[in-house]
Amino acid sequence: MQISIRNFTKTFDTTTVIDDMNLTIRDGEMLALLGPSGCGKSTTLFTISGIHRMDKGQLMFGDRDVSGLPSQKRNVGVVFQNYALYPHMNVFENIAFPLTVRKDAKADIDREVRAIAALTHISELLERRPGQLSGGQQQRVALARALVRKPDVLLLDEPLANLDAKLRLEMRSEIRRIQLETGITAVLVTHDQVEAMSMCDRIAIMKKGEIVQIDTPADMYSNPRTSFVAGFLGNPPISFLSGIAMDSAFSIAPIKLRVPLGSRQGIADGTQLKLGIRPEHFGPEGDIAVQGRIAFAETQGRENLYDVALADGSVLRSIQPAGKIWAVGEPVRWHIDSKSVFVFTDDGQRL
Amino acid sequence: MTRNFAAWPIILLLTVLSLPLFIMYLFLLVDTFSNTPPGSLLPNEFTLEHWRFLIDPTITGDIWKPTLTTILFSASMMVIVVSVSATAGYALSRLALPFRRFVLSGIMVMHAFPSVTLIIGVFLVLQFAGLYNSLIGVILVKASLMLPFGIWIMKGFYDAVPWEIEMAGVQDGASRFIVWRRIILPQVKPGLLSLALFAFIDGWSEYMLPRILAPSSDFEVLSMYLNTVSDPNSSTYNFNIFKSVGLFYTLPVLALFVLFQNRLMNIFGGGTKG
Ligand SMILES: Nc1ncnc2c1ncn2[C@@H]1O[C@H](COP(=O)(O)OP(=O)(O)OP(=O)(O)O)[C@@H](O)[C@H]1O
Ligand SMILES: [Mg+2]
Repeated sequence: MQISIRNFTKTFDTTTVIDDMNLTIRDGEMLALLGPSGCGKSTTLFTISGIHRMDKGQLMFGDRDVSGLPSQKRNVGVVFQNYALYPHMNVFENIAFPLTVRKDAKADIDREVRAIAALTHISELLERRPGQLSGGQQQRVALARALVRKPDVLLLDEPLANLDAKLRLEMRSEIRRIQLETGITAVLVTHDQVEAMSMCDRIAIMKKGEIVQIDTPADMYSNPRTSFVAGFLGNPPISFLSGIAMDSAFSIAPIKLRVPLGSRQGIADGTQLKLGIRPEHFGPEGDIAVQGRIAFAETQGRENLYDVALADGSVLRSIQPAGKIWAVGEPVRWHIDSKSVFVFTDDGQRL
Repeated sequence: MTRNFAAWPIILLLTVLSLPLFIMYLFLLVDTFSNTPPGSLLPNEFTLEHWRFLIDPTITGDIWKPTLTTILFSASMMVIVVSVSATAGYALSRLALPFRRFVLSGIMVMHAFPSVTLIIGVFLVLQFAGLYNSLIGVILVKASLMLPFGIWIMKGFYDAVPWEIEMAGVQDGASRFIVWRRIILPQVKPGLLSLALFAFIDGWSEYMLPRILAPSSDFEVLSMYLNTVSDPNSSTYNFNIFKSVGLFYTLPVLALFVLFQNRLMNIFGGGTKG
């Protein structure tokens, strides 16, 4: 079901946390709300679920306006960060709870619970208490409980934050598989960009209560609208150089760096600019030479990471396939791939 | 158990310090089952005659009626304290009530208030309500004096229940009442149980309130009964019988403590799961 949020404003006491937000989640898609801590991701999520009321705005589930409905009447499934399983009930009772509240027939409940347990691969755990489950298993139970009512939308608040690295990988693909198999519309809140990119159809990047950009992971990565978005996506992260516009080029005079602005016309000479260079676009190959010194090296097995310090103290990150190894302190003359750089104004707007 | 230091010196010290108490209790127990000749320290014969008051009302008066009254008294008080604390504690912990802060600090103050100082006011209220000199009146007063403690304790237990569990219940379609009844209440069961025990024991040992608030009524609780038996000027006075009645009076409390001591310690842990 398509979910749309229109002109949503939320104020706690006197601080406005979300100001006039518009967001549409398409039917059957999985959308990530990605952003730094405190930007209002959870607030948005819990507004969709009905735990928070909107101060202004409208929330539509399909054609139905649910802005005024309490959580109980919204038919929303939520997976909380700490799973929030009911400790005194076993797994079966946990999953069955939403159905028993609805007073479904006993046989129906049994069938539904077993079906969803099979989907989430926890059929053999139904008799256990939550305390007797591993983190990943609890996660599956929480998913099953959220899905058993066939909700209009599934909301996940940092579902992987409490898992260790290996389980996180496993549950990442599991959640995606279950979402695809059920075809449910889902919203995932996370501040891990890898999670957002790997699990979701689209990503909405938030900053201070605003949605800065909403796009598919690939478009977002290759075409960020602001330096904030560019800095948020990608691991290792993008590096920025500060300079000015001079003769249709980005220029840092003291180190004689000149990167042509190409098709970006009409930038007055002397304008402060920021240049964003992804680690894969800086290395031995490329067209704009830069003189520097390896300041930091990290071996990751398949590839190596380097920080290269330039003469004026700024640092560029680079990622190189394993093979040739540069030592810390070694002077290098590497190149920037000028076709792939991003140019931003000083306040972060892409040019 | 951490063993960072040797435990035996402490155990030895505690043993020495509590030895007099222990010996006294031992003698109390022994004395109720034996006779000791005058001038001697050690008993010379086993007897059950000091326990005859259990079946023979002529010795000190019927003990079973005060026992039943005390059970009724403590149980009713327990029910009131537990049910009011369970609901009020939840409301104070979770609901956005008007004047919440004010009520909370009020409860704190009342908890710290010595209840004796309230007696005159309580007396007037009872008089006004026509409950003076009645068992119900005393129960209500006793229960309300314990409520600040009970509510505060239960609020602590509710505070320890994760917020998400409750929201998950609401999200699953349950009303706030069902969520409270089926999800939250089971989480605070240890708190309820220990509060119930505390209330019962507190009611069981109450002496002053019935004395002051129902001086001329016809009911009698065990503590009052014990007081009558202990009167040296009474015609039936017998020190050994007094000891037996005292022991009889203490036994249920002891039994409850032994049975539930782990649960009782819970209340001071403030809701950590046992
Ligand atoms: N109940 C509340 N009362 C007052 N302020 C609140 C409340 N809930 C959230 N806030 C504030 O709203 C802002 C957004 O909070 P929110 O929980 O949505 O952030 P978030 O993006 O989920 O962050 P995180 O990644 O740390 O979970 C924060 O500045 C927070 O302090
Ligand atoms: Mg959050």
